[in-house]
Amino acid sequence: MAERAQPLGAAHWAGAGVAALVLLAILGPLGAVLWRAEGLSALGPQDHGAIRFTVWQALLSALFSTALAIPVARALARRRFHGRTALIALMGAPFILPVIVAVLGLIAIFGRQGALNAGLAVFGLQGIEIYGLHGIVLAHVFFNLPLAVRLILQGWLAIPAERFRLAATLGFTSRDIARHMERPMLRQVLPGAFLVIFLICTTSFAVALILGGGPRSTTVELAIYQAFRYDFDLGRAALLGLVQVAICVVAGLLVLRVALPAGMGTGLDRPLERFDAQGGWQRAGDMAVIALSAAFLLLPLGAVFLRGVTGVAGLPGSVWQAAERSVVLSLATAALAVVLALPMALLIARGRAKGLLETIGALSIAVSPLVIGTGLFVILRPHVTPGSSALPVTGLVNALTALPFVLRALVPAVEEAEASHGRLARSLGMGGWARLRHVLLPRIRRPLGFGAGLAAAMAMGDLGVITLFATPQSGTLPLEMFRLMGSYRTDDAEAAALLLLGLSLALFWIFDRGGRVNAAT
Amino acid sequence: MKSPIIATGLALVASMASAQDSVLTVYTYDSFTAEWGPGPVIEEAFEATCDCDLQFIGAGDGAALLSRLQLEGDRTEADVVLGLDTNLVAQARASGLIAEHGITPEGLTMPISWDDPQFLPYDWGYFAFVHGTDLADAPASFRDLAASNLRIVIQDPRSSTPGLGLLMWVKTAYGNEAGEIWEGLADNIVTVTPGWSEAYGLYLDGEADMVLSYTTSPAYHLIAEDDSSHTAAAFDEGHYMQVEVAGIVNTTNEMALARQFMEFMLTPAFQEAIPTTNWMYPAALPASDLPDGFDTLVMPETPLLMPAADARALRDAALEEWLSALSR
Repeated sequence: MAERAQPLGAAHWAGAGVAALVLLAILGPLGAVLWRAEGLSALGPQDHGAIRFTVWQALLSALFSTALAIPVARALARRRFHGRTALIALMGAPFILPVIVAVLGLIAIFGRQGALNAGLAVFGLQGIEIYGLHGIVLAHVFFNLPLAVRLILQGWLAIPAERFRLAATLGFTSRDIARHMERPMLRQVLPGAFLVIFLICTTSFAVALILGGGPRSTTVELAIYQAFRYDFDLGRAALLGLVQVAICVVAGLLVLRVALPAGMGTGLDRPLERFDAQGGWQRAGDMAVIALSAAFLLLPLGAVFLRGVTGVAGLPGSVWQAAERSVVLSLATAALAVVLALPMALLIARGRAKGLLETIGALSIAVSPLVIGTGLFVILRPHVTPGSSALPVTGLVNALTALPFVLRALVPAVEEAEASHGRLARSLGMGGWARLRHVLLPRIRRPLGFGAGLAAAMAMGDLGVITLFATPQSGTLPLEMFRLMGSYRTDDAEAAALLLLGLSLALFWIFDRGGRVNAAT
Repeated sequence: MKSPIIATGLALVASMASAQDSVLTVYTYDSFTAEWGPGPVIEEAFEATCDCDLQFIGAGDGAALLSRLQLEGDRTEADVVLGLDTNLVAQARASGLIAEHGITPEGLTMPISWDDPQFLPYDWGYFAFVHGTDLADAPASFRDLAASNLRIVIQDPRSSTPGLGLLMWVKTAYGNEAGEIWEGLADNIVTVTPGWSEAYGLYLDGEADMVLSYTTSPAYHLIAEDDSSHTAAAFDEGHYMQVEVAGIVNTTNEMALARQFMEFMLTPAFQEAIPTTNWMYPAALPASDLPDGFDTLVMPETPLLMPAADARALRDAALEEWLSALSR
């Protein structure tokens, strides 16, 4: 195995460097808050309740998101129809929306005056109530189902087309294919997808509070908010930040143990063709799954669109300037996220300290943006003015936040490429840059484009650390939208939300498309 | 990218031009500094009188503003902090960061008297439940509301200043019975939001019959949107006030200028900007000078306001009552 270390040696050092940087960028600010607090304060019984509730709702949300994503991804992998790629791109949108926009979109469909209740009333049925634990889970599934579908779909598309041909010649039924090819793939992809979704749900705050119906649904993130803003108890805030780190580490070590390494064997990068599942029932079943999931994900977006569309042209100038800043910020974030993720993915794919590295990669979504932002503020404040550092700091934090998602997309693909073509590359004596360029990059272009698009779109919608650093002249589009909402300007805010949705989708689509140029799938 | 570069260039030129002038840095909440907020108008008016450069820095909402100030401590660049409310004043005072203003305010038009040596008010409002004018039986008290089937949205006191205001409202009006009132209200509360914006958005979307906001909220719809379909319910037990204040930060190098700003704050040039940008009552402007439309608003008969020190002392117990009543 020693020989494997050679060809990409420099990249591995870079990977370890990135891991160290991530660790520093998360634990450094946490440490700074702690230092400023001059000691920890104890957690109260309410905090313990918040921790329990946080883990429970995140567990349910991640379970439902990943479980429901399997049939949707399978249907999308098996079927070819007009507008499929556009539908896949659109269905990714909920993940990148700012929370409050998505919540209002959901309420337009599932709320008291929503379309669903209006529909039920027509048939004389009793309306549903969205507020409660089920509302939280519903919203989290709405946010995260798209991510889970995409990650699982990547896994499906990474199965070499030759294997499906072989399966066809062997007369495999859909059930055989599921058993021999799909389930191993799922064991490779699902744990990582489950982990990131679980972690992202543990930092949920607005969704849990609004849809949870009140203080019953207090999460750790809200407790951190309270510690910072209501009590100004930095010690408690830092301790709660440490609790988030602990949740991440425990979850990471547990979940990633279940994961299987890649081992699908070699293919010739042919487009995927399915020979099974051509029966009428299976076809109808797949189409029904696609239609249902599309309706669930797209109807709330439609509501966002309808509310905002008339106001876009009349938006105030500051909104457009904020939009420009946000686009530049997103592009920089996407570039940075890819630069950080690629060496780390190479290192993880090598299989050494895999669980540890992936857990480090996931830390950035597990720890409260409020803690990280405040810590960075404490560190940077003596040296720079918050206004001038607002965009660089936001870009860095956004890139770190996107890292686990880009890794989730990249790692299986890099593993696959190494397993299938690594030996050939070695026998040809290809190493370093040449190997990266000719062997690896062509094989990971799709997840790379997806990851970059995700990073760009997430940065577009982020409303985390920017709130601590921004001056009136350096706000981003989501911040500007929130300012509009806070000044009664609901119509303008709805138009800004639509602009945000459009820009996020466009950025995501361009990167995602870019990753699939010349690809037949 | 072009216009931010140009804007940066302009800002540079502007700051060079005023380099010899002194700079007054005012920390405030975000919506104050927005393009459509009071900030730009007030900046222009003050700079016309002071031969200085007034810079507003927005920092979230009132509570975020205070934690930002506490986080920075005596290293802060702020000369003046503007936008705390009376529920936050005691905490700000305890931080030891606020100097005495040394001004005797004249011409205050608030329904209460004011003699705080560190903070001066610039605007105020009454918390109230806003509802549609088509609501048949608007409640006239918290007990009415609790007995009704009306659905309300409120804000969380742990993350929102109006939420904290409501907590103090119930506590001031009902004292030891506050917990009972909250238990009665529990089944009326559709949900609790992190901030004012989300709650108001839910109300406008028809998720609730009423929302905790201000008696002045209907004025926005009336004046800016020509929509008279919103009003506020008058409660017999009286309405809790939110008084928004400013104070001079004691590390300032611009004490004279900061004082000049505090005095300017109570002049018509500042006060007249408040009603239709901040949608609150100005602290020193006669009712006859308020814009048309403000005369249609509900005017509560009994103003309630807990003294700042009491508000801080009672806050935690009141929060406990709130949490235990709503967590069932």
